Amino acid sequence: MNRILATALCEFRIALRNRWVAIAVVLMALFALVLSAAGSAPTGGLGVDRLSVIVASLTSLAVYLVPLLALLMSFDAIAGEVERGTLPLLLTYPVARWQVLLGKMAAHLAVLTLAVVTGYGLAAGAALLADPSAKAGLPALVRLMWSSVVLGATFLGAGYALSSLARRPSGAAGLAVGLWLALVVLYDLGLLAAIVADNGGWFTTHAFSVALLANPADAFRLFNLAASGATAAASGVGGAAATIPLWQALASLLLWPLAALALATLAFRKVTP
Amino acid sequence: MMTPTLTISALTRRFAGVAALTDVTFSVAPGERVALLGHNGAGKSTMMKIILGLIPATTGQLSVCGTTPGSPEARRQVAYLPENVAFHPALTGLEQIRHYLALRGQPPGGAMALLEQVGLAPAAHRRIGTYSKGMRQRVGLAQALIGAPRLLVLDEPTSGLDPVSRRDFYTLLDGLAAQGASILLSSHALTEVEARTDRILILSKGRLVAEGSLPDLRRRAALPVAITIVPRDADDPALRQALPEATPAGGALHLTCGQADKLAVLARITRLGDRIRDIEVQPPSLEDIYSHFSQRDGQ
Repeated sequence: MNRILATALCEFRIALRNRWVAIAVVLMALFALVLSAAGSAPTGGLGVDRLSVIVASLTSLAVYLVPLLALLMSFDAIAGEVERGTLPLLLTYPVARWQVLLGKMAAHLAVLTLAVVTGYGLAAGAALLADPSAKAGLPALVRLMWSSVVLGATFLGAGYALSSLARRPSGAAGLAVGLWLALVVLYDLGLLAAIVADNGGWFTTHAFSVALLANPADAFRLFNLAASGATAAASGVGGAAATIPLWQALASLLLWPLAALALATLAFRKVTP
Repeated sequence: MMTPTLTISALTRRFAGVAALTDVTFSVAPGERVALLGHNGAGKSTMMKIILGLIPATTGQLSVCGTTPGSPEARRQVAYLPENVAFHPALTGLEQIRHYLALRGQPPGGAMALLEQVGLAPAAHRRIGTYSKGMRQRVGLAQALIGAPRLLVLDEPTSGLDPVSRRDFYTLLDGLAAQGASILLSSHALTEVEARTDRILILSKGRLVAEGSLPDLRRRAALPVAITIVPRDADDPALRQALPEATPAGGALHLTCGQADKLAVLARITRLGDRIRDIEVQPPSLEDIYSHFSQRDGQ
């Protein structure tokens, strides 16, 4: 436990020095503020409070930004140590590889939490200032915060796995960008294309919901939209939120970080210094 | 006889069919300082990585502090200084050592004392990214001293250190060895480890070609002694007669003889008395001895 904590403290300090903390917080705050400014117009007609609408917009933002931030922080974790030549020495210390990974993940999750809480908090503050009834949206906001961190954990784990597999930072960066594009951008496009081609057949009725749950980013979106009841404000794939039970989306969201961490541990074990 | 800290028997390591180490056997006793010598690529670093459990042996038996290399028990008792040691450039020397202390389950408060021991206290609060190679090497040394290890594995520990720091470094090692720590260090220069180690192992192309103390190796190599004689008169025929095996060059006479014949030859020379202005006897240099062993087996 102490070794994990020591690793986490050390990694957090490095993230602070490398400006990762500043970059993540500023990026999140900027996007959240822009969204809340842009999303303030159409509230009246929907019959929900301002904050709930902002949470729906923030969900769409988080689906893109949180995985990106997580992958950016994690792709260097193992490959960077290999390249700097710091890994052989670390591995001769009485610390297990999974402890190293958990320590790094704890530090990176702390950075992500800081960014998410700051960004969403600013957006919520702006909404509450303009509309006191927005308090009703606070539970949805809190849910979005912790589920964003859980989503981040999944992509951190995936980043460590890619970092171990690539063993060179440049290769790991390429793989991370590829994973982000595949899971966050192309996956939904592929699903939509499949639905159009399928025209209401077996894929649309059976496979579609499974395919959505299989992707951590989609599970995150489904969970937040279904739970906040703001599906009316959502469009596209988010519209499917109404048809998939909440617990299924939650289960997928919570299981993915464990699976990603297990994959990362397996991949890290294969790295010979 | 105490049980050895490190025992290696019939160790072989192959990389994709190419042998990096072949049938290496040796042991290191508590308190013993052993130097591992060899050219680049002789297998020194590979051997160290196997001892540390970073890579497995292909065949052979190893025992490190009575247990398997790389096991948590072994890692607790073994310290390592890699060749060209590196650290995260964003951390300060003090932060890095505090972290290593925590990883070894030691109170991080001892970090400053360790840095003082290697003469880095004035730079403790500077980032390692600003350190010179010699300073990084000292950070590496400081982390190897954590928690009184029973075995220190040091890969070219003095590279990048100036002569004074080198001496300080060996003094540190002497202290550790006196407390019972075993030390295995590698180098590619015999001159450097000469007086500071108890035993020398010479590795050539993955094979252990020589093992022993320096006087041992010197005797076994039996390299000739070179003698240079400066005569009063370069063309003195009496000299030629007395020393027919000498070759004249640059106004002096050069001859070589075996260790065993050295005194007899010198006696013959001193009998020439006044005819000789000066004489110089050169024992085989350390580099000669090292080349003798490291090349012999490779041919």
